[in-house]
Amino acid sequence: MAAYLAKRLLSLIPVLFVVSVAIFLIIHITPGDPAASILGMEASEEDIARLNAELGLDRPIAEQYVRWVAGLLRGDLGDSLFMRMPVSRAIAEHIGPTLSLAVLAELFALVLAIPFGVLAAWKRGSLADYTLMGASLVGMAVPSFLLGLLLMLAFGVKLGWLPVAGYKPLSAGLAEHVKYLILPALSLGSIQAALIARMTRASVLEILNLPFIRTARSKGLGEASVVGKHALRNALLPILTVIGQTFGTLVTGAVVVESIFNIPGLGQLILNSIERRDYAVIQGVVLVVTLMYVAINLIVDLLYGAVDPRVRLDRR
Amino acid sequence: MNTLHPDQFEAVRRALVRERRRIRRQRLGRNAGLQAGAALFLFFVLMALIGPLLVDHDPGEMKVTARLQPPSAEHWLGTDEFGRDLLARIVYGARVSIGTGLTVALVSSLAGMVIGLYASYYKTLDHVLMRICDGLYAIPGILLAIALMAALGASVTNVITALSVVYTPGIARIVRSAALSVRSQTYIEALQVQGAGATRIIWRHIAPNTLSPLLVQATFVFAEAIISEAALSFLGVGIPAPDPSWGNILQAGKLVIFKAWWMVVFPGAAIVLTVLGLNLLGDGLRDHLDPRLSSGNRR
Repeated sequence: MAAYLAKRLLSLIPVLFVVSVAIFLIIHITPGDPAASILGMEASEEDIARLNAELGLDRPIAEQYVRWVAGLLRGDLGDSLFMRMPVSRAIAEHIGPTLSLAVLAELFALVLAIPFGVLAAWKRGSLADYTLMGASLVGMAVPSFLLGLLLMLAFGVKLGWLPVAGYKPLSAGLAEHVKYLILPALSLGSIQAALIARMTRASVLEILNLPFIRTARSKGLGEASVVGKHALRNALLPILTVIGQTFGTLVTGAVVVESIFNIPGLGQLILNSIERRDYAVIQGVVLVVTLMYVAINLIVDLLYGAVDPRVRLDRR
Repeated sequence: MNTLHPDQFEAVRRALVRERRRIRRQRLGRNAGLQAGAALFLFFVLMALIGPLLVDHDPGEMKVTARLQPPSAEHWLGTDEFGRDLLARIVYGARVSIGTGLTVALVSSLAGMVIGLYASYYKTLDHVLMRICDGLYAIPGILLAIALMAALGASVTNVITALSVVYTPGIARIVRSAALSVRSQTYIEALQVQGAGATRIIWRHIAPNTLSPLLVQATFVFAEAIISEAALSFLGVGIPAPDPSWGNILQAGKLVIFKAWWMVVFPGAAIVLTVLGLNLLGDGLRDHLDPRLSSGNRR
């Protein structure tokens, strides 16, 4: 296991290197002079030169990269020009709502997807199966921001059951916090739910065809026990992988959904920063979310390796 | 020994080819998902191609007196906040949205194919290219696209560029793994021994074997690119107004959601149905081209 861990960690080094170079270069592909585009049309030559010096953009590009990475290793993501604060603080202030939303969406997806996936596998070929799989196919075709708008229209505007938009922090009470996040979490979680339901169905079906299920049935176990205990338990591993892998997608998806519901998370931060041409913040948010994404995938891989020893021997 | 006369051999070969085609057609006929997907997608493609000739209104024509009208006989799908005909905007938007998706699918397929093929053939190059692809792949797609758009500025060309960067690594991986399994076959070795050049082996003998998985993946990328374009435009960093795209119609719709449901529902339906059609088409194609892969194993 230790060797496997070491191998996985080592394989991350080139990935992180490429990620850092790509994110670093984003500011440098801006057409024209970044400082000039930050300051706008009326800026004088001197102002532009001063800002370039302040941003370190007058140095050779390799030196800039090394300085930037050295900063990252110390946890320094640079400073926001517009907000006049370290990028790390801006991110810390905005990450809470994004994570809350992603976790709630994942919960919602699981609660919905696993029972329905199992049901579809158990009643394979039935009307329920076709309906559920059809629904999941449509679910995968509806982008979260569109579903968000439709839910807002239905439950917020027409029915008036839930708040149309806005955000209450956890300190305002759990009920309030969740009330404002229900519609965003539903819109964000639906694609996950569709994916997990399909994965659950496929995975349970595969197990249900194995001989030990026939044995379980023939020794007189009830269907609840056969499907719920024998099949689902063994089918859980691939389902867990999908959950882990898609949690990263949820964090990214949250960035888009936030903008619809006016949730002050990382999404709002990055979109506001685009308008303000606050490149350090844009780079910071992309970097932090990518690191979370990579970390989650690593954890899933390691868990998988811990649970299923065959994975460790796999040549990658 | 009874040997076949060349003419007889040719006749047998033709019969075999005919038989294989017949089986394939039969399988195609039974693939309901593929047919439904193709029909759905074709509808929107036709809308993009000939729709503009059929609608009465100009997508840019503003009528201040007819702002935010609900669907009526004059404006089938209603009007937007400037009094522009929504049907005309959705029909012209189909050109932009489907056109962008198609271009992204083509560009990233081509780039991914070149990268994947050469990576599969040269070991050192493989290490370099695949590490770059892994790195780009690790950055969540929509975030990478947002950051690129922030740097490049909002325009159709830049949306295509940004999304092609996002989707190329995935395609390169798929082409590479298909190519690698061909690469280890004896006939490639035989070609090398005979002195065939690398370019010839790669493009004439390896590339054709990667086309099936490439086609399937390209269909899914097409669908995802349409969603991503809509998301970018919706967030205001994609295709800028006044040109209509399904995404920026939705962006405008969000602002008037209290007054005009049709501004959200109709462009939304266009996106969902097109993407659903492409997804069904992709699933169907995969089952058709490689029946061993059953549905449900996507990604």
